[in-house]
Amino acid sequence: MSNSASSSAASTFLVIGERTNITGSPKFAKALKAGDWDACLAIARQQVESGANIIDINVDEALIDGEATMVKFLNLIAAEPEISRVPIMLDSSKWTVLEKGLQCLQGKGIVNSISLKDGETEFLRRARLIRRYGAAAVVMAFDEQGQAATRDEKVRICTRAYNLLVQQAGFPPEDIIFDPNILTVATGIEEHNNYAVDFFEATAIIKRTLPHAKVSGGVSNVSFSFRGNNPVREAMHTAFLYHAIREGMDMAIVNAGMLGVYQEIAPALLEKVEDVLLNRRPDATERLVAFAETLKSESGGTKTPNAEPEAAAWRNASVEERLKHALVKGIDAFVDVDTEEARLKYARPLEIIEGPLMDGMRVVGDLFGAGKMFLPQVVKSARVMKRSVAYLTPFMEEEKKRLAAAGTASRANGRVLMATVKGDVHDIGKNIVGVVLACNNYEVTDLGVMVPADKILAVAREKQVDVIGLSGLITPSLDEMVHVAKEMKRQGFDIPLLIGGATTSPAHTAVKIAPEYAPGVVHVLDASRVVNVVSALLSPEQKPAFMAETTAKQERQRVEFGERQSKRPVLPLAAARARKPVFDWSTADIPRPDFLGTRVFSTSADRSLNPQLSTLNLSDIVAYIDWGPFFSAWELHGRFPDILKDEVVGTEATKLFADAQKLLARIVAEKRFTANAVLGFWPANAVGDSIEVYADETRSRVLERFHCLRQQLEKPANQFNHSLADYLAPRDSGRLDYVGGFAVTAGHGVEEFAAEFKAVHDDYSAIMAQALGDRLAEALAEMMHKKAREFCGYGRTENLAMKDIIREKYRGIRPAPGYPACPDHTEKPTLFRLLDATDATGIVLTESCAMHPASSVSGLYFNHPESKYFAVGKIGKDQIEDYAARKGLTVAETERWLGPYLDYNPA
Amino acid sequence: MSSSATRSAAREDAFRLLFATRIAVLDGAMGSMIQTFKLEEPDFRGTRFLAHPHDLKGNNDLLSLTRPDVIESIHADYFAAGADIVETNTFSSTSIAMADYRCEPLVREINLAAVACARRAADRAEAADPSRLRFVAGAIGPLNRTLSMSPDVNRPDYRAVTWDDVVAAYTEQIDALLDAGVDALLVETIFDTLNAKAALFAIDQVFDRRGNDSRVPVMVSVTITDASGRTLSGQTIGAFFASIAHARPFSVGINCALGGAAMRPYVEELAGLADCYTSCYPNAGLPNAFGGYDEAPADMAKVLGEFAANGWVNLVGGCCGSTPAHIAAIAQAVKGRAPRMVPQAARALRLSGLEPLAVA
Repeated sequence: MSNSASSSAASTFLVIGERTNITGSPKFAKALKAGDWDACLAIARQQVESGANIIDINVDEALIDGEATMVKFLNLIAAEPEISRVPIMLDSSKWTVLEKGLQCLQGKGIVNSISLKDGETEFLRRARLIRRYGAAAVVMAFDEQGQAATRDEKVRICTRAYNLLVQQAGFPPEDIIFDPNILTVATGIEEHNNYAVDFFEATAIIKRTLPHAKVSGGVSNVSFSFRGNNPVREAMHTAFLYHAIREGMDMAIVNAGMLGVYQEIAPALLEKVEDVLLNRRPDATERLVAFAETLKSESGGTKTPNAEPEAAAWRNASVEERLKHALVKGIDAFVDVDTEEARLKYARPLEIIEGPLMDGMRVVGDLFGAGKMFLPQVVKSARVMKRSVAYLTPFMEEEKKRLAAAGTASRANGRVLMATVKGDVHDIGKNIVGVVLACNNYEVTDLGVMVPADKILAVAREKQVDVIGLSGLITPSLDEMVHVAKEMKRQGFDIPLLIGGATTSPAHTAVKIAPEYAPGVVHVLDASRVVNVVSALLSPEQKPAFMAETTAKQERQRVEFGERQSKRPVLPLAAARARKPVFDWSTADIPRPDFLGTRVFSTSADRSLNPQLSTLNLSDIVAYIDWGPFFSAWELHGRFPDILKDEVVGTEATKLFADAQKLLARIVAEKRFTANAVLGFWPANAVGDSIEVYADETRSRVLERFHCLRQQLEKPANQFNHSLADYLAPRDSGRLDYVGGFAVTAGHGVEEFAAEFKAVHDDYSAIMAQALGDRLAEALAEMMHKKAREFCGYGRTENLAMKDIIREKYRGIRPAPGYPACPDHTEKPTLFRLLDATDATGIVLTESCAMHPASSVSGLYFNHPESKYFAVGKIGKDQIEDYAARKGLTVAETERWLGPYLDYNPA
Repeated sequence: MSSSATRSAAREDAFRLLFATRIAVLDGAMGSMIQTFKLEEPDFRGTRFLAHPHDLKGNNDLLSLTRPDVIESIHADYFAAGADIVETNTFSSTSIAMADYRCEPLVREINLAAVACARRAADRAEAADPSRLRFVAGAIGPLNRTLSMSPDVNRPDYRAVTWDDVVAAYTEQIDALLDAGVDALLVETIFDTLNAKAALFAIDQVFDRRGNDSRVPVMVSVTITDASGRTLSGQTIGAFFASIAHARPFSVGINCALGGAAMRPYVEELAGLADCYTSCYPNAGLPNAFGGYDEAPADMAKVLGEFAANGWVNLVGGCCGSTPAHIAAIAQAVKGRAPRMVPQAARALRLSGLEPLAVA
């Protein structure tokens, strides 16, 4: 139960088997033409077994009666449950063949394909029929003019098809699967160089702007220039899929046997392949062609299983490394030999399973979870694992007999029933647990995968088992486990229930499963713990104590869980201060900024007036926009970009987003808003919960003081009570620290622009203009923070993608007065004095310390690597009194500013 | 058709309101009730079919023409027991099924007569107790020939019937049922999803031809054949739902083959995944050695009452072996229970073979 693969992008990506496609598989073509139906079925079955989620069936061939052949093959498949368990993709260029096929599918399949090639009328007629037959449709990016090759053509045709389908044919958008044409690259023709990039970009736009629609494609085409050179083709397919999936591709027609692991592509090859796919240099094709030649000659022209020149080198590694390599690559050719070698080396067969084999499977799980391996490859890895375990099983049996003969063990220690719950297919971890239990002389009944509750319980009763173990790897399995527990209770079971698998946790078990089944639910972390748990549960002497301990632990977990929701008491200020995070200031990395004092930036930089001014461009700021809060501003709730596909608000969100893009383009083009920014750095140190800002490095004169608040709510033992002051070196540490500050606005021009719309009663655009002003201000704050990190040095090497910048995955924070970490707005005047912010940016503070114009942001910069955002939360009277004294305000005034945070009723 | 036979928009609103406010009650078995009349060949023939070239005993659907009194009285008994909806006596009223009795030319007439029997019983019940409306659902059975399976084990690709045959046969029946003014269509006892898809295809085509006003709620009910939890044609309940969801059914449910207790996991699963109303009308247990059914009214009522308490169903009733006494007990057991809330399914591409495959 230690397989750590998680449900991820890669695990939801669907592989469509292409080997029952006459145009893609010579073997299938030959069998079909010869009327060898058994061979055709064998090819179909093999695809499903090797992990295809869907099979593509294409019998288009000049000499074959397509309609009759399609019907016959589909009828034959219907009689083969191992094949017909998966959905079928009907693939033909002839509509009559597709329609005959639809009349044979009892499940919901996919028609591949329809397009606007024959005009709107025919397109809509076919779409309506497909809908009536109950199928999904692949829509090719093809119209009356031909096939779309560029990004914009792909997007334009797909958008047109989408609108026709959804608005005129009543076609559900989720049943539309676009094929934006994967075209061959590296053909030597310059126009083809960008084809893969066009596909990636079109995919991203389609997924973003056409809600619920899916993207698919035939991958083999991309590498057509390299036919005959399988190592290069495999690397191209693997890298292509890696990038396409990142852009949102949902499924692909592939030869599962011609897929590698992205991370395992030899770096030299990967670089050249990606140069071609990503169109990174003009000579990319020549370089890959030249490199491909060397690959061919090195491998003697034969097909190597991996795209590595040193393909066989791994055979020289240690037996542990070889087993691991075989697992990761799914190579089963040497597994018996290597397992035998390991068996001779290790004292007990079980040690091989628990050692090298499990190590290899952990690597597989990690790669799968990271989206760098696909399901068919994981299935292959599992096959290697199973073969190795199968090889070892007789030896383990023998060992058991030997022990029995020696009187060490006689009869089974107990009976254990294991199953992967309904809806889940992952069983590697469960199989390992089963093996471990069997080796320890338990009688194990394994029901396999996707086992419904009633079957588990019926067998449990019939076999009179002592323990039931449930496994699951995907999140929905958690609910199914709860269901099994409820059923056990309803049916009056009294045996213990074990829970394991990558998705399970002690907390979930305690909170959700254990309360449903009183006789005992125990979470088992991995195979190494299972024997102890089961032996304790089956021993009348140990069981009471073990269960009492488990129950107590689960009760604690439930209480902890509950506490997270319920009110926690406020600590005395002294106690909260004693719980501040402790940093080792003697070794802390404290960057010194490039300059002290302030710098000013503006989009209306008139250097003749102010030579110190740096220029800003609105279009540069746009890239830093975080769209999430934009939708909240419109009271549409959800995460961006998922919100564009949201069940309830998706349609509206999509429209809104399109309108926003349009207006934003206008704002940028017409320079409607002026953006100004100022940032600065000063020598500073913490004194208690306050920060002293010094006039210069001598630190002899205090310019200003920032006063910080500290979290006072009681927290678990391993957590701290934070205050922003903790992130600066205390004065008595002797370290020289610096605090930064900033004020930015994108608001000049916003009100005027909005007023123009209001004048013509266009409130929608007026609000939009304001909302965009806010987004630009926040984006400018993000952009200036990036500059600030660069001024401090560490930002220059952070090397983050824009989306990670927007997710604030960098070092350092920029808390704003009036926000959770620093809830007191009256810190703003201090900051503004230091920055001379009003002169620099035109932002004015109102009497309630609000910034005008509204689309403005100000705050402090902290560079400490451990600094993070937190919410101060409720504050006790003792801290208010202390804080008022530090600030030189009366307690009553302080209470007024901090009203919502008080943990008491002020007099 | 006369205007009185035309379904009115008000009736459809009332039908929808019924499901919105409480758990609706369907009738019980027709066949087992007919058996209690111990009818013989002359009853089936009546005067009209004295010279018919084939035996007619067992052609229960023909009784709507030859013994309409029997059919109407069975419907009346179910309404009296508390049913809101009765199914027309048209389970086999298609040209394909009627071929067994050489009655293909009578299909339209049988369907019209069957709706008339049910409607008369409904009108009488409404007149006796005007507090609630009584509805008639046109029953569309599964056919005795199947599109997904070969009757010949040596020729797995062979089919005894074609898609076009099936669609044509259903079209004839559906037109007649709609002409006669049914409140809903009920495609039921589905053991081969492909046959059901052909029926749903025909329904959509007929609605399209007759115009949007002709649309009535379409109810669908599948048969799980044994404890494997699959249809006879091999689909799981999730795969089945994915296969018919495109028809946007008014309700989907499970009937026949099993008693309620054995249906439990599938009813629960369906209740969790269907974004439309759900129904359950089980047999009165499994057939015993004498071809009869053993579950007493109280037994069935207990199981369906529990399903109702769990919030799994919007429509309950009985299938083979159930009687007006069963329906009365079932109606009592679900009385006052809140109907199942229809969950909103997350938008996803939901494909299926024998098993479902969803892509979010």
